[in-house]
Amino acid sequence: MTAHFRRRPGGVSVRLTAAEAGVLRQLVSDVLDLLGGPEAGNDDPLGGLGTDPQPPADPALARLLPDGYRDDPQAAGELRRLTESSLRAEKVRNAQAVLDTLPAKGGSITLAGDEAAQGWLRALNDVRLALGARLEVTEEMDLAAEVATEPTSDRSYALVVYDWLGWLQETLIRSVAPGR
Amino acid sequence: MTAPVLDPVKAPEETPKGDPPWITIVWNDPVNLMSYVTLVFQQLFGYSHEKATKLMLDVHHKGKAVVSLGTREQMEHDVARLHAAGLWATLQQDA
Repeated sequence: MTAHFRRRPGGVSVRLTAAEAGVLRQLVSDVLDLLGGPEAGNDDPLGGLGTDPQPPADPALARLLPDGYRDDPQAAGELRRLTESSLRAEKVRNAQAVLDTLPAKGGSITLAGDEAAQGWLRALNDVRLALGARLEVTEEMDLAAEVATEPTSDRSYALVVYDWLGWLQETLIRSVAPGR
Repeated sequence: MTAPVLDPVKAPEETPKGDPPWITIVWNDPVNLMSYVTLVFQQLFGYSHEKATKLMLDVHHKGKAVVSLGTREQMEHDVARLHAAGLWATLQQDA
């Protein structure tokens, strides 16, 4: 997989193979499902009447919607009650924008304007956060060595995809970063 | 900015003078790319590439960095913006 973003007149563009577009579509759809899934009960105005919402039990969702206070569950719950639904909505919007612009059978797309590129950037990051939490990625892990040990496992496939996403995101960052 | 205290007996309840300010902390995580964290600091806070890079390196090497300070409301706003960008951020009163 060699897709990468480039800065072009009128925006940033990327050419994706059908396989790459398919992988992205699946992963972004998974994040959408996660954000709108059963644990979305925190948004129900009556569901949590009298009590503040708790952080999601699913580690991937909890990473997307983290607590705003580290050692104060009560303050964290109050802040979550006020901010979680808008945070969730923003992430859903970004993910949906990626699905709307992904070429169904692969091909080139151009993201015109800062907003489109930012939406993609954040959606890609959310996919990596969720996948990283699922795979229990650590800074110490040797991804290449792990894949080499068991190249045909499902986990190795996911790790290769995770690595590719990081590389793809890096090329998008280079295309939009203001630099020094 | 502060308003003049007209009635010194009735002290304001929120952040009386002399109280430590609130701070926003960004914590290290194994997923966010260093280049991405730097870019987010530049975009959200208007920091120079130099300052944003220094803060990013503090997060990476020391495990955390204080990225902004102000009132509790301002810090809750900053934390919400950082969460929207996918960074792991919390606020607390400066000890």
